[in-house]
Amino acid sequence: MNVDDLEELADKHRQEQAGITTEVRVCTAASCQSSGALPVFEALNANRDEQEHANCRIKSVGCMGLCSAGPLVAVASTDAPLAEAQLYRDVSAADAPDILTSAKTATPLERLHCPNDMPFFARQQRIVLENSGVIDPNSFKGYVAVGGYQAMVTTLTEMTPAEVIAEVTTSGLRGRGGGGYPTGLKWSTVAKMPAGQKYVICNADEGDPGAFMDRAILESDPHRVLEGMAIAAYAIGANKGFIYIRAEYPLAVERLKTAIRKAKRAGFLGHHICETEFNFDIEIRLGAGAFVCGEETALMASIEGGRGHPRPRPPYPAASGLWGHPTLINNVETYANIAPIIRKGGNWFAGIGTEGSKGTKVFALAGAIRNTGLIEVPMGTSLRDIIEAIGGGIPGDKAFKAVQTGGPSGGCIPEAHLDIPVDYDSLKTLGTIMGSGGMIVMDETSSMVEVARFFMEFCMSESCGKCIPCRAGTAQMHELLDRIAKSTATHKELALLEELCEVVRATSLCGLGQTAPNPVLSTLRYFRAEYEQRLRHQDAA
Amino acid sequence: MPLPKPQSNVHVVTLQIDGQDLSAREDETIIEVCREHGIPIPSLCYLDGLSIHGGCRLCLIELEEQNRLLAACSTRVAEGMRILTNTERLQRYRRTIVELLFAERNHVCSVCVSNGHCELQTLAQGCGVNHVHIPYRYQRYQVDSSHEMFRIDHNRCVLCTRCLRVCDEIEGAHTWDLMGRGSDCQVITDLARPWGDSSTCTSCGKCVQVCPTGALVKQGTSAGEMVKDQSFLPILARRRHH
Repeated sequence: MNVDDLEELADKHRQEQAGITTEVRVCTAASCQSSGALPVFEALNANRDEQEHANCRIKSVGCMGLCSAGPLVAVASTDAPLAEAQLYRDVSAADAPDILTSAKTATPLERLHCPNDMPFFARQQRIVLENSGVIDPNSFKGYVAVGGYQAMVTTLTEMTPAEVIAEVTTSGLRGRGGGGYPTGLKWSTVAKMPAGQKYVICNADEGDPGAFMDRAILESDPHRVLEGMAIAAYAIGANKGFIYIRAEYPLAVERLKTAIRKAKRAGFLGHHICETEFNFDIEIRLGAGAFVCGEETALMASIEGGRGHPRPRPPYPAASGLWGHPTLINNVETYANIAPIIRKGGNWFAGIGTEGSKGTKVFALAGAIRNTGLIEVPMGTSLRDIIEAIGGGIPGDKAFKAVQTGGPSGGCIPEAHLDIPVDYDSLKTLGTIMGSGGMIVMDETSSMVEVARFFMEFCMSESCGKCIPCRAGTAQMHELLDRIAKSTATHKELALLEELCEVVRATSLCGLGQTAPNPVLSTLRYFRAEYEQRLRHQDAA
Repeated sequence: MPLPKPQSNVHVVTLQIDGQDLSAREDETIIEVCREHGIPIPSLCYLDGLSIHGGCRLCLIELEEQNRLLAACSTRVAEGMRILTNTERLQRYRRTIVELLFAERNHVCSVCVSNGHCELQTLAQGCGVNHVHIPYRYQRYQVDSSHEMFRIDHNRCVLCTRCLRVCDEIEGAHTWDLMGRGSDCQVITDLARPWGDSSTCTSCGKCVQVCPTGALVKQGTSAGEMVKDQSFLPILARRRHH
């Protein structure tokens, strides 16, 4: 199969839908489901009359982003982007007949109208999420119809592995799991290892509190991730892939399984993919609920069937990974960026974003903010834009206090620094990290000591127990933070807390321990007064 | 036990440790070279003859002009390395780590069967820990005396996993394993059954001999009486690998 054959196939799939002019899309991703999207979907199907609504179909789609307004329903022409759709918010099953009538007559339903020209939608640039909320995640044909698998077929039939890696390197893509390691460099390192058994792993063990980007991508557009993995496998010379996904994401797992099954049946995974010499198979491995298994060496130990413990690096996975073989491990969002890079070229991608951080980044907005949900913005967008324009600001006339990025490995950014551009390097100078993309917004009622205590409790209970500084250090730091929060601690104890932060950061074995002190250090940096206010004053030296 | 060795052509490198010029095979780790030349580096989980664990973080060393610390047990030597093993910063970190251990469980030397023969105790003295300024946690841990010859006191366990590794790698029984995570981590026999009921334990006692503290001991020993002998290990380990 070459690119023309694929285009023919896509045409065929589009023709099958030729009679349909209007789609009623219902978001059935996890967050809309939790606010009642399934009854809406069923009601729409029940109310749809074969004759009367012959050119209209009800389509289950993935995340449209504005989770706080869910369940979301969009009425649009076939495969039209979200910006051209008529969007309805807070839909209930009772609204089904009205929505169908308005879809048929093409008159917007004012009652449920959700403006999609508001900054939340207008300020976004969707690359990773281009199909999210547009295609049916369970439909292989739907993905092909919007140009899916084009990038994979192009690489397999027209590009050498070295050209693929060069394209990814040109794009300037950096790992989206949090580390920000240049993806092209990682790929070429694994590719340079001697030929033989190699593996590709997709890290979908998203565990940061408040982060749900990977879940939404997998629930909305699973084939995109498979395609990215297959291209990576071709580039580095692997024939086997694993997706390590947490068991707490049952819907994403279900949709991934469906996607893998359908891709295999169509010959897009498995042996002799698209009648080429390339073989690639993907297996799903479920994580059993350990945050540390998002750390690459622990993740691999878990895939091998062992206890999810990190091990010292080097050797890095690129040299000795799964069962000692060279292994490429990337995050879901990283793989989701690959197909567009191949389709539109590395230079196109490198034209988006900032000097050191190219492309877009998906963020999960949560906490004290009007528009919670999923957004994708170009790197370099300012935090103020994200929080005030896109996020709609703080609800209830309260003042902004801080935004937490990077989960338990990250830190809090105060008002004074809201104008910095969001990219890997700027966030680092503020004492936090990009992380996987969780953003928790806090208003003036939040206590920063309690925020630090929350994250420390998380790190303490997620520490694997292998190395002493992380195992015993996080427990001690949590105890100290608890005492400070309860106003029973002394100045001496605050000094001990700072000392432990330094030791745990410098001496822990893996990233979990090394970054566990970050929430404390960053809140101390910007909100030290809050800590000191809570100390017992008679001990002041 | 060294890290897996490259197949062919092992080269010799020269490096500097604490200002001393030394030569080493490139497949040696920093701790092996230090031990060979009598350069003291504290460690708890590392033991010649067992696989590398890298958990105690006491053998961390500094490279000149680099901020990042490296574990001497899991880092191979390289040409031109300039290693510092005993800087003020390292001493401070080691003291804190040892204190964290003392505060984590209930190490009461005066009543311990290993008093005077305990690696943790020696380590603390060597690191200059004369008092613990980290609050003790005083959590209760169990003692399992169900085995007719040996006893495990979890109050004195530092989770170095030497017992796991010797049982798995040298004895080949894999009676020991780990359960739980973080502070709840503990070593277990079989599937967390009493040691005495273990169907896999061969009662060889290797775990007792390699245990650095008074956690694994012989039954019938009283305070200060438990003296351990680990000389069997390098000999057995080399026989296993040749």
